[in-house]
Amino acid sequence: MTSTLSETERLASPPAFQQVSTGRKAKNALATVLVWLSFLIAVAPLVWVLYTVIANGIKRIPYTNWWSQDFGSVLSDEVGGGVLHAIIGTLEQGLMCAIISVPLGLLVAIYLVEYGRDTRLAKVTTFMVDILSGVPSIVAALFIYALWITTFGLPRSGFAVSLALVLLMIPVVVRSAEEMLRIVPDDLREASYALGVPKWKTIMKIVLPTALSGIISGVMMALARVMGETAPLLVLVGYSAYVNWDLFGDNQASLPLLMNTERATNSMEPGSVGFDRIWGAALTLVIIIALINLIATVVSRLVAPKKK
Amino acid sequence: MRPGDRIFKNLSTGAGIFVVALIALIGIFLLVQAIPALGANEVNFLTSRIWETGDPTHLRFGILDLLLVTIYTSLVALIIAMPISLGIALFLTQYAPRRLARPFAYVVDLLAAVPSIIFGLWGILVLAPKMAPVSQWLNETLGFIPIFGTGNVFPNYSGTIFTAGVVLAVMLLPIITSLSREVFERTPTAHIEGALALGATRWEVIRTTVLPFGKAGYVGASMLGLGRALGETIALAVILYIPRGHFFDWSVFDGGATFASQIAANYAEFNNPTSAGAYIAAGLVLFVLTFAVNFAARTIIGERKAD
Repeated sequence: MTSTLSETERLASPPAFQQVSTGRKAKNALATVLVWLSFLIAVAPLVWVLYTVIANGIKRIPYTNWWSQDFGSVLSDEVGGGVLHAIIGTLEQGLMCAIISVPLGLLVAIYLVEYGRDTRLAKVTTFMVDILSGVPSIVAALFIYALWITTFGLPRSGFAVSLALVLLMIPVVVRSAEEMLRIVPDDLREASYALGVPKWKTIMKIVLPTALSGIISGVMMALARVMGETAPLLVLVGYSAYVNWDLFGDNQASLPLLMNTERATNSMEPGSVGFDRIWGAALTLVIIIALINLIATVVSRLVAPKKK
Repeated sequence: MRPGDRIFKNLSTGAGIFVVALIALIGIFLLVQAIPALGANEVNFLTSRIWETGDPTHLRFGILDLLLVTIYTSLVALIIAMPISLGIALFLTQYAPRRLARPFAYVVDLLAAVPSIIFGLWGILVLAPKMAPVSQWLNETLGFIPIFGTGNVFPNYSGTIFTAGVVLAVMLLPIITSLSREVFERTPTAHIEGALALGATRWEVIRTTVLPFGKAGYVGASMLGLGRALGETIALAVILYIPRGHFFDWSVFDGGATFASQIAANYAEFNNPTSAGAYIAAGLVLFVLTFAVNFAARTIIGERKAD
């Protein structure tokens, strides 16, 4: 029965909700527009870069010789040849880097989660891992140069590049593995201890397999990232237009190094040989990175703990 | 303790100590290699703008110009990237439809997966020609302001600090965004609901709860971005044009070299140990600079977490 409320009573009670003033409405609308706009601003270069890479790179990569030959047999301004030499270098250097940094990074993560928990050293380690992730790649390269080439007197090589990449990959592996190990429930560990399983076996057989799927995807992302690095290549290895499988000696190409070498030596007129080679190599690199990410997703799905 | 346990514990602790030692080793090795070159230097390392390392018997190198260009380029990038990242982070946490927030965040993160040499090539070959008219307009209409004044390369020539700053800003977006997003997400729901109950508009909710709560995290994230910008190498080496005999003069239409791009552009000189020492000295300064910035950023973020 609302009609019992008299006209005067209704006027006396203040309205429950006042209209939002025009000024406040306008500010709110402006903020909404700006926030949406900034998101679009971020998407625009991404789309633009990908479009550039695909549209310019698509020209050469459908040909089989792009994938099966090197540039050794063709002149620098001659159409033809391929990037097999650079693909081999990229994969070899990346793989060697992963072989060193994955066990090392995993051990650090295991230390932080299983042994170090909240000790002083663990805090310092966490902080230093963060600092390491901020070390510029060119500084990592100079460090390996000072250590490997000047101090030990060893030659510039693909392996020296791998060592520099290790510095860049370790922090990423540690951070992602640490995160994954932390979310493994303590119940699992305690159940294992209760059965009399030693701690190291618990870690190897219970904790790591549980966290494996997350760790694999973290490792693969890190690998994809270091494969695109260019700065260490400039300092630590020379470019070769020929296939070189030897990681420990002589010049070795890789996709980023090939792109930089072409840029420095060839004409960059749109449609020229150098221009096509650069964007072809860029697209090849993007394809490899996308493939690695895809493999990471599939593998981590496969090894993920079954849910019901 | 069982032997297996002892070995495993020592191994993992050793790995932890190794990572800590690594930072110290980087500093020490760079310093040791830089000392001979610094001794042979004929000009003041800190105050000279000259960089001539071609002749190992007459080394003349100073970092002042590199330092100024490095910081200036990074600041230009940061000034562009900071407000946009703030907008994206707010968009992802407060505006985007719930179901789409994660895919949208993934799209922004994809920017971080693009190799920096591709950003560099895109910047100089594709973006730069498009930016030339903008640069020229800025120079002609706002040229009376020193930063838009005529630099040491033509404004319509592409290899300017302006172009480099814009490309660098794009590269910083995912870094600043992802951390700010994390912080904004943790705004207590009670605060937001309280503000809503008082009749605040969505923008007022953000201004009164989300922003004050996430301010420290946002500043920390931006400093991490700055650290990244100071050390970015190949994109800047590809974009920035180094004019002969002209030094940086505070215009965004200057060319020049940063620490990292200078080292990357002159790798050919690394065949001579003394000349290489000059670049290692520059690298050491860059290392100290990024160390300090990252240290500060991590401290700010760490304090926030402790709350």
